[in-house]
Parts: sequence; structure tokens; C-alpha cells
Amino acid sequence: MNQTLAQIISLITTAVSFGTVIMYGSLGEILTEKSGQLNLGVPGIMYLGGIGGLIGAFLYETHTAAPVPGVGLIIALACTVAASVLGGLIYAFLTISLRANQNVTGLTLTIFGSGVANFFGGSLSKLAGGVGQISVASTSSAFRATQHLTDKLGWFDSIFLSYGFMVYLALIIAVVMSIFVNRTRRGLNLRAVGENPATSDAAGINVTLYKYLATCVGAAVSGLGGLYYVMDYIKGTWANDGNIEAVGWLAVALVIFATWKPLRSIWGAYLFGALYWLYNFIPGLSRSSQELFKMLPYIVTILVLITVSLRRKKEDQPPSSLGLSYFREDR
Amino acid sequence: MENEVKAPAGAVCAESGEERIPAVRMEGISKRFGHKTANENVSLEIYHGEILSLLGENGSGKTTLMNMLSGIYFPDAGSVYVDGKLVHIRSPKDAFDLHIGMIHQHFKLVDLLTAAENVILGMKGKRLLDLKSVRRRITEICERYGFEVDPDKKVYDMSVSEKQTLEIIKVLYRGADILILDEPTAVLTPQETRRLFGVMRNMKQDGKSIVIITHKLHEVMEISDRVAVLRKGEYIGSLLTKDTDPQQLTDMMVGHRVSLNIERPEPENLRKCLEVEHLTVIDSEGVTKLNDVSFTANGGEILGIAGVAGSGQKELLEVIAGLQNAQNGSSVIYTDMEGRTSSLLGLTPMEIKKLGVALAFVPEDRLGMGLVGDLDITDNMLIRTYMEGHGMFVDFKKPRHLAEEIVRELQVVTPGIDTPIRKLSGGNVQKVLVGREISGHPSLLMSAYAVRGLDINTSFMIYRLMNEQKKRGAAVIFVGEDLDVLLELCDRIMVLCAGQVSGIVDGRTATKEQVGLMMTSLGAGAAGAEEKEGAK
Repeated sequence: MNQTLAQIISLITTAVSFGTVIMYGSLGEILTEKSGQLNLGVPGIMYLGGIGGLIGAFLYETHTAAPVPGVGLIIALACTVAASVLGGLIYAFLTISLRANQNVTGLTLTIFGSGVANFFGGSLSKLAGGVGQISVASTSSAFRATQHLTDKLGWFDSIFLSYGFMVYLALIIAVVMSIFVNRTRRGLNLRAVGENPATSDAAGINVTLYKYLATCVGAAVSGLGGLYYVMDYIKGTWANDGNIEAVGWLAVALVIFATWKPLRSIWGAYLFGALYWLYNFIPGLSRSSQELFKMLPYIVTILVLITVSLRRKKEDQPPSSLGLSYFREDR
Repeated sequence: MENEVKAPAGAVCAESGEERIPAVRMEGISKRFGHKTANENVSLEIYHGEILSLLGENGSGKTTLMNMLSGIYFPDAGSVYVDGKLVHIRSPKDAFDLHIGMIHQHFKLVDLLTAAENVILGMKGKRLLDLKSVRRRITEICERYGFEVDPDKKVYDMSVSEKQTLEIIKVLYRGADILILDEPTAVLTPQETRRLFGVMRNMKQDGKSIVIITHKLHEVMEISDRVAVLRKGEYIGSLLTKDTDPQQLTDMMVGHRVSLNIERPEPENLRKCLEVEHLTVIDSEGVTKLNDVSFTANGGEILGIAGVAGSGQKELLEVIAGLQNAQNGSSVIYTDMEGRTSSLLGLTPMEIKKLGVALAFVPEDRLGMGLVGDLDITDNMLIRTYMEGHGMFVDFKKPRHLAEEIVRELQVVTPGIDTPIRKLSGGNVQKVLVGREISGHPSLLMSAYAVRGLDINTSFMIYRLMNEQKKRGAAVIFVGEDLDVLLELCDRIMVLCAGQVSGIVDGRTATKEQVGLMMTSLGAGAAGAEEKEGAK
């Protein structure tokens, strides 16, 4: 009995921390897609964000005698945002200003991001003296500091308070984004741009600006997912194992699962996390059936897609102009 | 001609006794798209408290000219003055700031948003949305001008006329004093048009300037104070409405004399072509769309189909074309030139074609069902002939020649046959579609709302083409909405009312009132009509 409870708690905490990586990725992509930009470069941007933060923290820690965790944290955050916004800018410039095909550009950005990140990851390993030797212990500890108040809370503590601050930051971002998109004037404009850019243009909205901002801010949020993965989930090192890309695609799937609603991506992310790691908690699975279990998040996404298209509820559909370039004088 | 028409324009000033400052003055405006000139040296004035009709054929540059006033396009040359001051309108926002608002033909609304959200889209204000005060102001505007709209209704739930109302509210909400309406009546029923004109008169009383872009002459005569005519991107002149008549305006618009009478040759060599009996169609939602429809279409005559929109016209044509299924007991029998009969029911369009039935269909939805917007003219020809060719290779030569021929013969205005269809204006799109359909020498030609949204010149060309097919011996089915046209063009008119045949009347003897009555109440006046049929 106690062991089952422990297992359930363990599954929940795994789901929450893994889900948080996905949530960042998908929250950023939701914001981007609201403006009609289909950025399939999310995995690449998460790579860029992850490696950016790691490089920042690594350089800080190796060049300082006694690194202060808080400073490392701020440097890592700033580097992540800078690196992922740069990725977003590349995408935005190509698709908005040059009107390149969004699908192709996004996929290319994924390849670019993972290449750049793994190149620098390898370089850092070399600097650090070998694979797996990268350590940003001090910065990572700041990211992983849990919210323990007292030891008397038992399971409550495990489920709700045993995470680093970025788990809670993701929740705050989701709520703020939901309020922004649904309750503010700019959010209304953003939604309109993604639905119908020509109409928004005629209404005096700067379509290009909105698309650029949504893409870049969205990239920054997605990039935070990479940072959380590097600093908290794998505890401040680098692994050339392609996991970030896998999570990145889960994030793209989660956008669809959440039907482009930030709040829905909260529980969606945790559900994805739970489904993805479910195989760990089912005894006697072979290697190959584990891989089958990892497919569960994609299967539920497909189910959601089918349900949504059967129900034909307009509010659950992707932004109407998603993936399309906009050019005013086109006729 | 120019001198002759400019004189009355001067009379506008003379009448008011002084030089009025126009609300808007456009001077020497030119605009090109690639090699295509949309406007060339156009000068135009719009005064306060008047309704100005901007008249011209499709592609004459009316919309482009007004788009430059509303900030969608920026002129290549020329200047715009608002209340006597030189202005540069570089974006729709600039236009709003100058109190200019445009209601586009293709509504600029976001389907997913509510009426109120659409109204305040892009406006400055508090960060958080305050929809309550927006709703209040919308209600105020509605009461002032006599509109009706629910601020919380989503646009995708709205009818066309509701959407248009919302567009007008949108520009009024932004404080527009100069309203431009681009073919506002093209999508409205006569009742809705009347209501719109009422609102326009209210706005004029309120001192607003209104420009209505249209090519419907009777509307020009009914609503406007002044008419400005454009032809091929150039300004031809302007006249006071009360000093002119439809014939003069048509001549100005077209550039040469046009007869406003539709030709109707006597039918010759009538032969039975299509016999429809007990046709019943029930759609996927269980609604009966057609109920026991029976009629005969003869080769050598034009059979008109009249009815309120949605009375089953679409379903009727689609069943014949093999695009819809009918209930058991229905029958659609086709008789070819040699007298062989075959049933078309339950066949796919391909099977119908393989039977040797030369069936041509000009559907209502030109750029969806009829043509592919992103393909060029040649490729759109190919859609009909892709199975012809050698082995696995498609024959491009014939469609290319056909495309060239259609562009030449039907005077399609296009930069070339390689231009995507969607870049052509509505009239030219229709010319391409009709041209393709009649190129196969059809024995049965079906058309739905073939002249909807088309200017006079193009409409008459379509009527002419229909008559040519009739003279060739084809059976022509012409679904129309303008009763005047139906009564002038068609030999017989079948009137549909809620999916049932209300009666079939002779186009030469029936009256507009009679057909109108049959459209709304089943069987009314039909008895008399059938007698006439019998007598014939």
C-alpha cells in the first residue's frame, strides 16, 4: 500500500518536472502561433535556450573563484533569453520580412538549433575536460532549490513543493499569458492578427510588429524550457542525446492538445509528462514496449485532433491564418 | 464626351451658390500593379452631406481608387486633400485619423471574435478590455441610425447583412465622417438593400459623406446625389443624378453605346434533352431540399429557374451534375442528339462524361467549385481535360490554346494566361469559367447566378453566350435572382418555392409580380401559368 502511494507520488513529481519542460516549449509556441506564425523550430529554440544558459553559467563559474548561485541564475536566464530570441529573430526575419515558407524555415531552425547547441555542448565538454564533466553546480543549485517550508507536510510537500522555482514560473507565465490573450486589448489584436491579418491591417494594427514580437517573446518562453531542462532536470550538465528535440516535438504536440489555450497546456503538460514516463511505473516491460508507451502523448494528441475536428467548435481550431505569410499589396 | 460631362459637375458648385470645400479632393491619382495600370490620373471630389456613386465596370479601378483613400494602398502619383488640407494616407490608421472609413466588399471581420471585439479591434485605449462601454456605444450608434446588431454575437454566426451592418458600425464607432461602401448591395436581398439605403439616408442627414461603389444603375439612380464614372482606370466625369439617366451612364461607363435590352431569339428545333421526374433530395441533416420536382429542359431553349435563395436551386443542379444523391423514386433522364436515353442519377461526374453527355456546369461558387484560384488560366482549362493526352503525360498544348482563345474572344482582362485566377476581378473570373464550360460544345449547360456581381458589359456578354448555346441547340438552365433578367432572357421559367415547383411559366407572357408571388407562396398564380403552357 505504502509502496503504491510512493509510486504514485513519484509518477506525479516526474510528470510535473518533465511536463514543465514541455509546458515552456508549448506556451512559447502558443503565443507565436496566436500571431499566425507556425514555428516548427521549437525544438531548435529550446536547444539554443538550453545551451545559451549553460554557456553563460559555465563561463561565469569557471572565471569566478567563488560563484554566487543567484548571480549565475540571472546570467543563465539572460543568456537563455538572448539565445532563444536570436533564434526567434532568425525565424521571424525569414518568414515575416522575406516571407519564406514557415514549415520549411521552422524545420530548418530545429536542425540549426540542435546543431549549434550540440557543437557548443561538445566544446564545453572539451573545455571542462571530457564528456559529462561540465558542471555548473552553484548555478544549478539555485535552479533546483526547492520550496520546503517544513518537514511535516509529507506527501503534500512531495507533490507540490519539491520543485525548483521554474516549475512555478511556468504556471505564472501560463496564467499571465491567458489573461493577456483573452482579456487585454493587445491580446485581442494579437488574436486578430493570427485569425485574419488583412482585417487586422485594415483595422490599423501593425501586423508585422505583432508577428515579430509574438515570435520573439514566444521563442524566449520556449527557450526557458531548454534552460529548465539543462539546469534543473539534468542538474546542470550537457548531454548529446537528442532528448531536448524529443521534448520539443512533444511541446508542438501539446499546442494542438491544448487547442491553443495557455491554461489548458498546464494540465496537458503534466498529463504528457505522466504518459511519457508511465512505462517506468509498469513492471516487466521490455525495451520495445517502453518505446510504445512513450508514444502515448502523441496518440492522445491525435485523439484530441480527431475530437476537435469532429466537434467543429470554432474556438478550438488553430488560428485561421496559421502558417500563411501576409503581404498587404498582394492581389 | 469629356466636355459634355464636366459641365454638370461644375453645376454642383453653381447650385450651392459658392465654392464649397470638398470633404475629400483627389488629384491626379495614379496606381500601378506590376504592368497593370489600375488608376491613371484620376481626380475626384467628395462633398459633405452627399451620397456619391462611383460607377464603373469590373476592373475599372473603383475599388483601387477608394483603397488609396482608406490607406490600403498608397498612390504612385497624385495628391489627396481632406477638407482642403494636403494629406498622406499611408495606412488604414491614417485614414481613421482623418475620419475616413471603408466598408470593403469582402468583409474585413474576424470570424472568431464577437461584434464588439471586432468593433474595437486595433483601437487605442485602456490595456484591459472594457467591453461593457463598447456595447453601450454600439447600442447608441444603432439607435441613432436605425441598425440592429447584437454586440456579443460571434461573427461566424452572422448573416451577410448582419456582417455588413457590423462593418458600418465599426467605421462609425471610429468616428468616420466619410464612409466608402464597396458594392454593399451585391450580397443583400432586396429587403436588406432597402434597409441599408434607409440607413445611408440617415447618415447623409447627419452630414456624413458617403461614397457607394456600384455597377447597378437602378441603385445609382435611387440612392445617390451625384455619380462619378470611371472607365479602365480613368476618370470619365461626374454628373448630378437628377440630370442623367441609366442609358447615358451606361454609355459613359462602357465608352460606347450599349443596348440595355436582352436579346431573346425564338427557340428553334426544340428537342427533349433532360427529363427530371419526382426528384426528391434530403440532405445529411434530414432537411428536405427538393420535394417531388418534375420538369423537362429542351434543347434550343433557355429554362430559367427562379426562387428565393436556398429554395433548392443548388441541390437541383448538383444532382444533375452528379455531385449529390437523390432519394429513391427520383429520375433524371438525359436524351442525346440521336434520341438515345440514359439515366444520370447516381452517376459521378466522370461517369456522366464517359457516357458521352456533354454537360457544362457554371456553379454559383466560381472560385471553389468552378475554378482553382491559385492555378493559372491554362491549368484551370486542364481541370476539364486532364485525362486527355498521351499515356501518362498531360497534354498542355490544347488547354493553352483554349486559354489564349478565351482571353482573346471574351476580352478577359489579365496580365497573361499564366496569372493565377484569384488575381483576376470577379467578371473576368466568370468569363474564364463560362468560356471553359462552353468550349466543350455542351448539349446541356447549367449556370447558377452566372451574372452575380458582374458589371453590365460582362453580364451582357454572358447573356449573349447563353443565347449562342441555345441557338446551337443546347438546353440551357439558367438559375437567376434578378427577375427582370429572367423575364427578358428565358423562354420558360420554373419557379421554386421551398424545394417544390411552384409552377412553370412562359417567359414572354409572365409578369414580375406573378413570378414574385409564386416564389413566396406555393402554387399561387401557377394555375393560370399552366394553362398558358397548355395553350402553347
